[in-house]
Amino acid sequence: MDAKLLQRELLELTTRVLEEGVIDKQFLEIQTLRDEDNPNFTDEVVALFFEDAQKLINEITKALEQGQNYVDFGKISADAHQLKGISASVGAKRITDLCIAFRGFCDQLISEGSLQQLHYEFSLTKNKIESIFKLEKQILAAGGMLPGM
Amino acid sequence: MSAASTVGFGDLHILAVDDSSVDRKLIERLLRSSPFRVTIVDSVKKALELLGSLHTPKVDMIITDYSMPEMTGYDLLKRVKACSALREIPVVIVSSDNIPQRITRCLEDGAEEFLLKPLRQPDLSRLYNLMLRNNNRH
Repeated sequence: MDAKLLQRELLELTTRVLEEGVIDKQFLEIQTLRDEDNPNFTDEVVALFFEDAQKLINEITKALEQGQNYVDFGKISADAHQLKGISASVGAKRITDLCIAFRGFCDQLISEGSLQQLHYEFSLTKNKIESIFKLEKQILAAGGMLPGM
Repeated sequence: MSAASTVGFGDLHILAVDDSSVDRKLIERLLRSSPFRVTIVDSVKKALELLGSLHTPKVDMIITDYSMPEMTGYDLLKRVKACSALREIPVVIVSSDNIPQRITRCLEDGAEEFLLKPLRQPDLSRLYNLMLRNNNRH
């Protein structure tokens, strides 16, 4: 096929993908880093990105599958942060934005988790102390003495 | 410039630190077009080993990512500035997060510059000029 036609097609495709927000200008910057000494630079750095991103997404997926009480949101947030960093480095805009949102969810869930725990610990503590008081009353009612008296 | 104050470009040594292979590849490519000697490592621990080794050529600038597991770029900054043999080395911190308190803290604690990722050629050109100015003074 004619090179000129292909070039035009490439320009249209790149413009569309840019407009869709899937990539941003940083991707174009990476393309300019190709030269005679590094003709495959873009391919190489994007291949690294795909590899690392896939690993991080797998980690996040695994962490979320751990069952409600065992999800390590701190780790998920850290992995999402890393993914955000490398996505921004290659211009993968939608993934970058998604990671930012993801971390926001995690931070919210972490604080909700702590709040839940606070309710739970308060109930538990109240129950246990009330059990102690109940026994103490029973002892006094039976005419006994309490420790420390 | 007189011959006595001319610095051999290849003598100036940049040490870059980043735990991300994507970002290491990027900075390697950007630094390749510079005339300076470049060493790139993936952890603060390795950076400190290099800086402490007698076999390592003198480092004239450190460019470090901020967020790294174990020791951060900020930890590296503090260690370098606390060491009499290393404290004169300018430390540039790079981060993908734009957090004003973080930036202020790094600059107040001795960072030469704080740059936002992704790094581009103009950022590095500025740093080269800085290195050349520093070395002409000595």
